[in-house]
Amino acid sequence: MSKFSWRKVAAAALIVPALGLAACSSDGGRAPEAANDGATGAVVTTPKINVALITHAAPGDTFWDTVRKGAEEAAAKDNVDLQYLSDPDGGRQAQLIEQAVDQKVDGIAVTLAKPDALASALKKARDAGIPVVSLNAGEDRSKELGAFTHFGSNEKLAGEAVGEKLAADGFKHPVCVIQEQGHVGLENRCAGVKEKVPGSEILYVQGTDMTQVQSTVTAKLQASKDVDVVIGLGAPFTLTILKSVAGANSDAKVASFDLNPELAQQIVDGNVIFTVDQQPWLQGYGAVDALWQNTRGGFEIGGGQPVLTGPAIISKENAAAVLEFAEQGIR
Amino acid sequence: MTNTLLTPPTAPKVADERVASKGAISTLLGRPEFGALVGAVAMFAFFAFVAPVFLQPSSFATVLYGSSTIGIMAVGVSLLMIGGEFDLSTGVAVISSALSASLFSWYFGTNVWVGVVLALVVSLAVGFINGWILIKTNLPSFIVTLATFLMLTGLNLGLTRLIGGSVSTPSIADMDGFESARSVFASSVNIAGVDVKITVFIWIVLVAVASWILLRTRVGNWIFAVGGDANAARAVGVPVIRTKIGLFMGVGFCAWILGMHNLFAFATVQSGEGIGNEFLYIIAAVIGGCLLTGGYGSAVGGAIGAFIFGMANKGIVYAEWNPDWFKFFLGLMLLLATIVNLIVKKRAETK
Repeated sequence: MSKFSWRKVAAAALIVPALGLAACSSDGGRAPEAANDGATGAVVTTPKINVALITHAAPGDTFWDTVRKGAEEAAAKDNVDLQYLSDPDGGRQAQLIEQAVDQKVDGIAVTLAKPDALASALKKARDAGIPVVSLNAGEDRSKELGAFTHFGSNEKLAGEAVGEKLAADGFKHPVCVIQEQGHVGLENRCAGVKEKVPGSEILYVQGTDMTQVQSTVTAKLQASKDVDVVIGLGAPFTLTILKSVAGANSDAKVASFDLNPELAQQIVDGNVIFTVDQQPWLQGYGAVDALWQNTRGGFEIGGGQPVLTGPAIISKENAAAVLEFAEQGIR
Repeated sequence: MTNTLLTPPTAPKVADERVASKGAISTLLGRPEFGALVGAVAMFAFFAFVAPVFLQPSSFATVLYGSSTIGIMAVGVSLLMIGGEFDLSTGVAVISSALSASLFSWYFGTNVWVGVVLALVVSLAVGFINGWILIKTNLPSFIVTLATFLMLTGLNLGLTRLIGGSVSTPSIADMDGFESARSVFASSVNIAGVDVKITVFIWIVLVAVASWILLRTRVGNWIFAVGGDANAARAVGVPVIRTKIGLFMGVGFCAWILGMHNLFAFATVQSGEGIGNEFLYIIAAVIGGCLLTGGYGSAVGGAIGAFIFGMANKGIVYAEWNPDWFKFFLGLMLLLATIVNLIVKKRAETK
């Protein structure tokens, strides 16, 4: 059988590309490369500096693609050599910071999802005279840990913004779907919603398995018929929740946090009532640019206060304008 | 250790037991999946009692869907476990399959069915490579499949970003062949007003085919033999290498089916998904009576194990328990089910 399999594999290896040439899709797929891809804009003439962007991103999380895009665009404009690193584990993220200090980078942009784990590594950076900005998470600890500014959206405020809008629209019983149990930022979002709509509930799902996300949300909707709105905490999860609502024949509406092109389209089409964007592109761009500005003229953007990048509410009224940028991967 | 070696091994009485005729009841009690069946009935009764909505047909269809996505993989994993090996790469292998179908057809602009066929080749190749390395190196399957798990995780992320420019695949929902592929892999069948996902039927068919192979064919005997004692099996002429590689490829086939379901149900795939699911498949097989040491178990058992997991997973939501305790309840349920399984099996064996 093993010999036979080799032959099969070889045959398939020949047949598949042949089929591929024969069976082209007339719709969709990769768009032809744009003519002016990689356009060369003006770049500052200050000497090249090295910046490390160190996040707590889990591998494969689309949100961080957008942050990184913003950071890369700022780096391109500011003549910055950008090094992107990430590890969801607090201890290992701290080691990445120490490595950056060892490399004597000119600036560090860091997310403070687990501030205590990073404290001693950040002290080393401070002692070495490396300027630090924080982004995305850890607004309240940013100053104390030595970052001169912070770029981000307060998760609790974002949650409250959602809760306020839901309350204004007359919703009484939201279900807030958390895809990663114990994630402080996600819990804060739902806590913010609950503050404004006391009848809200939390549902935990396993974010690494979309089929389980779908069936668990369906189960929830079948169990409690008084649910009037379901809130997804990330664009891919919200898109799956839409299928759950349809599958459970529920009348519940769907709201969301964060954004991707498909979600923007669903808002334009009226299937999702709104989403709260923390504008991650701005977080990446702002953090890298602030480090350059600091090197350039000793500027401290924000004047010691965090720079808020959100929450920006995207609903049917303004979704069409955002969709175009979402398709470029910057919103 | 030394003491046990000094005592001469007693002659096994297995041969006598095999020829002795058994009653229908003791045959049933001796089946590997019997304990799991008792556990499943107990869990069903429990949730029917604490959450009446659990009994509603549409709820039950949801439970079956949740079970089927575990169960489809549990079929391949159970057979592999009976054959004496296990696979840690199954969770990400499902996503690898979905990614290769999606990215290939998107990048080259082909009909999505081309991607589907390519994904099958990729999935079978992953299984083949797992088995082949295992045989060639004689390393334990823990090491080999752990390596595959890590490599696939890296490939999933790296290739997806390299090809698609993002860590999630671009949507292929508007491409040729998507609708027909979706009707095969991710549609629903309306039965008496209740939409039942097609994965439930695929699951049942797979379990039936796997049971037939195990119980009615020569290959089934080979699987039990290589899992029981590979050297003894080789001595009596069982093709151990082919059987083991075939079992890994069977797991690959199941990963392909589930991967295609994921792809066509959601149109995009996030490259970081699937990690951790390999344990669910192994848990399902173990609850279902497959021994971690191999040589014992059944395909139906794995299915019942997946069903128990599905009931626990969804039943907690139907019962509307405090979600903070979700994982704790889930663990407790699994532990109880496995203990019931063990007790029943022991009693059946002593009879």
